[in-house]
Amino acid sequence: MSSPSHGSTQASRTYPPRPAAVYFYATCLVDLFVPEAGMDAITLLEREGIRVIFPDSQSCCGQPAFSSGFPQEARKVAASQLDLFPEDYPIIVPSGSCAGMIRWHWEKIFADDPALHARAAAVAARTFELAEFLLHVVGFQRRDEGEPITVTLHTSCSARREMGTHLVGRELLARLGNVTLAHHGHESECCGFGGSFSIKHPDISTAMVSDKVAALKATGARKVVTADCGCLLNITKRAEKEDRDAGRSMPSLPGEHLATFLLRRTGGQPAERS
Amino acid sequence: MSATHATAATNSAGNPSAGSAPSGNRASGRGDARPIAFVSAQALRERMHEAVNDPHLRKSFRGAMDFLMAKRAAQFPDESELDSLRTLSEGIRQYSLSKLPDLLEQLEANLTRNGVQVHWAADADEANAIMLGIARRHAAKTIVKGKSMVSEEIEFNHAMQAAGIDALESDMGEYIVQLAGEKPSHIIMPAIHKTREQIARLFAENVPGVAYTDNVDALIQIGRQVLREKFEQADIGLSGVNFAVAETGTLCLVENEGNGRMCTTVPRVHMAITGIEKIVEKLEHVAPLFSILTRSATGQAISTYFNMISGPRKPGEKDGPEEVHLILLDNGRSQAYADEQLRKTLQCIRCGACMNHCPVYTRIGGLAYGTTYPGPIGKIVSPHMMGLEQTHLLPTVSTLCGACGEVCPVRIPIPELLVRLRGEAQSKPHDNPVMVGQGAGYSPLVSFVWRTWARIYASPGNYRIFSWLASRFRALTPSRQSGWTAARTPLTPAPRRLRDMVRDRQ
Repeated sequence: MSSPSHGSTQASRTYPPRPAAVYFYATCLVDLFVPEAGMDAITLLEREGIRVIFPDSQSCCGQPAFSSGFPQEARKVAASQLDLFPEDYPIIVPSGSCAGMIRWHWEKIFADDPALHARAAAVAARTFELAEFLLHVVGFQRRDEGEPITVTLHTSCSARREMGTHLVGRELLARLGNVTLAHHGHESECCGFGGSFSIKHPDISTAMVSDKVAALKATGARKVVTADCGCLLNITKRAEKEDRDAGRSMPSLPGEHLATFLLRRTGGQPAERS
Repeated sequence: MSATHATAATNSAGNPSAGSAPSGNRASGRGDARPIAFVSAQALRERMHEAVNDPHLRKSFRGAMDFLMAKRAAQFPDESELDSLRTLSEGIRQYSLSKLPDLLEQLEANLTRNGVQVHWAADADEANAIMLGIARRHAAKTIVKGKSMVSEEIEFNHAMQAAGIDALESDMGEYIVQLAGEKPSHIIMPAIHKTREQIARLFAENVPGVAYTDNVDALIQIGRQVLREKFEQADIGLSGVNFAVAETGTLCLVENEGNGRMCTTVPRVHMAITGIEKIVEKLEHVAPLFSILTRSATGQAISTYFNMISGPRKPGEKDGPEEVHLILLDNGRSQAYADEQLRKTLQCIRCGACMNHCPVYTRIGGLAYGTTYPGPIGKIVSPHMMGLEQTHLLPTVSTLCGACGEVCPVRIPIPELLVRLRGEAQSKPHDNPVMVGQGAGYSPLVSFVWRTWARIYASPGNYRIFSWLASRFRALTPSRQSGWTAARTPLTPAPRRLRDMVRDRQ
């Protein structure tokens, strides 16, 4: 099995019927930095009548070490996560890149151990990115109760090229009657986060995220929505810095996780950060 | 395959002010095309820094890459056709590589039968020595060259110059780059970093009797006239090879300007040089690769010229060279070949689509890399050619966004190979390395950090304590966070972790 970025350009997978319960795998970034997005995703799922199990021993999928060239360390962390999902429920991840790590790369890091490999493959097979799960399994369809708004959508590279779900976000937003989606230039281009890349090569990362922020702002949209917290932090923290440097008090490009945005628009109460 | 497209693309970037602007190539930090003795990580950082802060370069590459991406996209309106052509092309390349040793022998036998002299070169020095030997036997003073990245790889021009032989580039893009004393910034469009005005000045300053003109057609005519003379004078013509067909002993050459055909037919001697991986078994394997090559590279349905060279002039024939040589170069390729995963690097047909679609390449241009092959393919192939001591930083210059893998016509999993090379570079040096320079990027501190990270994140107890501390004492989070806060506000942990929120709610 290889990920769609290297394999088929038409990623397709089959989806299970709506389950009674799901596991929620929040990812380390959400747990520590954007917990409200995780909470809102849980609320969205529960509101649909799905029981959400939050395995308390979850930490990280291992991607930071894996993509930095430390597969053994990634493997150690990933191995510690294999036991968290004993029942045959779908595993929902509110991030394309962590979902991509579990779905495509876990099998690789356990390639030399048949027992672990089989368990990783079983987990991978029932791992879904939140947005694709909402669209294809839940059939998300709620009345948009918000005022008319124009937003722009950033799709992470992993969602686009590993999970093949880049059209899913658009479709979910299209189901909100009062939301207009503004497309930005170079939409398929990376925002420049790349995990340790943003630290290791700040010049190039800055150039990329500045271009992305400029393209998003050029749409005139009031808000940027994305289903990945890595991109969300990268883009919004850059926009914040630009605001700060320009002495603006109002954020010029506020951003929100797709889960929060969907919940807010459809009459739900998004979680408070504090 | 370059000049007309290089010029068109450069123009499309539109840069009216470029006439007085500093040259977009200054990121290279060298003006005289000296061989790259050693590319250090520090030098790479400096070049990248300079390039990304050069607004002229940024604008010109963005425009040119947008142009090329659109051209390619227009060639593949049907996604399933593209998908099946990629599958076929990947299959042909993998099949060819799976039989590489046999095919090379078959190629040698059939070329020899056709009258072509075959030479084997382990590295750049050997290749240059072989070609210098041929040149000396013919008392050659001038060699005229068709476009060949492998000749760039071995610093052929420099080796010939050192021996008192003129090596003149006849591909328009390469000619421009040679006049400027630079290296190609793109494997298909070597002068893509140059604006029309820069080229006009180069010609006016370097071509005797030429007045300044920035009319593209006029510039191309000037180049043609100069080169036409050289074709007649040259003792030897040099070319690359796009596909070598083992079964028939045929060398295929893809080009747009006709200069390749001139180089391979007009001079008395033709030398072709190629990497050992550029081989296919059967003639029928060429057609799909040729089609996906031109469509991926320049967005052309077919190139203007396609040459099939099957030997020297035969008795009674009126034209063609009297001698044809093929130099088969290894230069690190067999190192990649020996490893199942790294072998995929050799599937490459050198279309350049990966660089056209790369957000990093778009922002720093080709010269900043400091390697013969820039962009994503350069990051995965250069470590084999140059060793990881010089190139260990290269694979880190990527967000792993996957744009390169998505467009690669032969489905090289470039992001996956970048991750692999990061591992080879940073793992502790050991006795049985797969690659020369394994461990060159090893840092005890970085390794310690990741080991510690794994100890925290692989243990639920440790992670709970760590994340609780990070959240509880978030006020102590440093406001300066290395490269992150250079362009962004700091990251601060939330007052309550998601697990706290989940727990409190129940």
